[in-house]
Amino acid sequence: MFDTQPRFPELPALPGVGYKPQHFAAIMADPDPVGWLEIHAENYMGAGGRPIAQLRHLSERFPISVHGVGLSIGGEGALDPDHLARLKHLINWLQPTVFSEHLAWSTHGAEFLNDLLPLPYTNATLTRVADHIDQLQEVIGRQMMLENPSSYLAFAESTWAEPDFLSEITKRTGCGLLLDVNNVFVSATNLGFEPRAYIDAYPLDKVGEIHLGGHDEDEDDHGAPLLIDSHGKPVVDPVWALLDHTLARSGPRPILIEWDTDVPDWPILAAEATRAATALAKVAA
Amino acid sequence: MSVSQDIFRAALLDAAQPVPEGLLDGQGRAAGRRYNVYRNNVAVSLTEALEVGFPVIRKLIGPENFKHVAGQFLRVAPPTSPLMMFYGSEFPAFLRDFEPLQHLGYLSDVARLELALRQSYHAADAEGIAADALAAVPPEALGALRLELAPAVRIVTSDWPIFDIWRFNTSENAPKPRAEAQDVVVLRDGFDPEPHLLPKGGAAFLTAIGKAAPLECAVDAGGDKFDLTPVLGLLLNTNAIAALHPTGPNHRPNHRPSQGT
Repeated sequence: MFDTQPRFPELPALPGVGYKPQHFAAIMADPDPVGWLEIHAENYMGAGGRPIAQLRHLSERFPISVHGVGLSIGGEGALDPDHLARLKHLINWLQPTVFSEHLAWSTHGAEFLNDLLPLPYTNATLTRVADHIDQLQEVIGRQMMLENPSSYLAFAESTWAEPDFLSEITKRTGCGLLLDVNNVFVSATNLGFEPRAYIDAYPLDKVGEIHLGGHDEDEDDHGAPLLIDSHGKPVVDPVWALLDHTLARSGPRPILIEWDTDVPDWPILAAEATRAATALAKVAA
Repeated sequence: MSVSQDIFRAALLDAAQPVPEGLLDGQGRAAGRRYNVYRNNVAVSLTEALEVGFPVIRKLIGPENFKHVAGQFLRVAPPTSPLMMFYGSEFPAFLRDFEPLQHLGYLSDVARLELALRQSYHAADAEGIAADALAAVPPEALGALRLELAPAVRIVTSDWPIFDIWRFNTSENAPKPRAEAQDVVVLRDGFDPEPHLLPKGGAAFLTAIGKAAPLECAVDAGGDKFDLTPVLGLLLNTNAIAALHPTGPNHRPNHRPSQGT
């Protein structure tokens, strides 16, 4: 469909990290054990300057996963044509290995609310999300992956369980899935379901990428734990255990460490990636 | 009970509104403060975007005051695009009209300078013309020459000493701001934008250049006291001239309305 093919046609089943400009020199000097990088699409939609130049440079050496945070695929309104055009432009020049977005909404009318807001799992939502994914995949001329959210609350009107909802979307649209294992742990704790049962119900054959990240701890009105997906801390042990459970069923997958706030120095991030490499080695053996 | 996105949005940036009905915890009880996670995420993430974008304003009014002002701003002017790198273009006007900060008249213009720096950082790349390109233009053709500025060039005019205020708050041992009006040009040689203080008439000259006026007309726009040499030297030294376009004499009258018969 494109004149040019991605330089790296597949994400390797290795650890990757969310790219932060302050790590540029360290990554170029010695990326080990990181084998690929993820960027937030919206941060690379300026006309030029250092961000674009660094990304061009990195893309010559690493497979790049482009992760959108602003398309509002679950929005009740139409997808923003300007933003679709920007995504298409980025994907055309960068030729990333994969593109992913969220099962969430963030745009309301003319406003962009800069958060991944939750959706009720109903037939109406399913149709709308599937239509938007069809439209996006048509515009960018390739398959996308959809990521499961972190949930802090549930909708009384929901009629679908989340794994079934996502599974149905893949069937209708042909899209792939991105499985955020920390999000599963956060949602399971917050809504009181069994995280391993969620993983077992998830269509793991559709999963092209796994996310891991840190979360914060709070409480709800009843003193029950309320975990908040913050990407500002190390991945906790129960999430590493849930990753092992997932990999035992899925086999090796590309695993991303997301660390977006209070970003640490490279060695700390690389140590998290090494832990992901250890988890992968267990299933490769 | 269906919770539309209109309903979800209405309470999101207004803590006085009740949490929408139909939102639950995992046991069928009302979601309560769980909804506040979204309220908090939106307000905190937008405040942080403004803190990153306007570090000098934050320093000038203090971090706590800045949070307060940002909290008011983001409620009247939430982003209208997912490109957070450009969020806050209405912040200077908001500061200008914000009653509690009226005594700090320079804030709005300093915010315009910070905005210009950010826009310059993300502007398209351009290579400067060769060092001898201007010297190669025959003297008689210089007046009609049009200079194309690099996309990263930004001009900020002010009745306040914005260059001094910016420098005093961003570099150590900078001199105290002088009591004078200052115009600034933001130039980006490579990837890092830098503000430069313009001499008298410099902003009018550059504005005319930016509107594709021939060099001769732009110099006229700079006024009697404008000295072209240092400004041209600055532009050349920072690769701020992206191209030279010779124009025929036919084009000149369009830019010289004052020369009418």
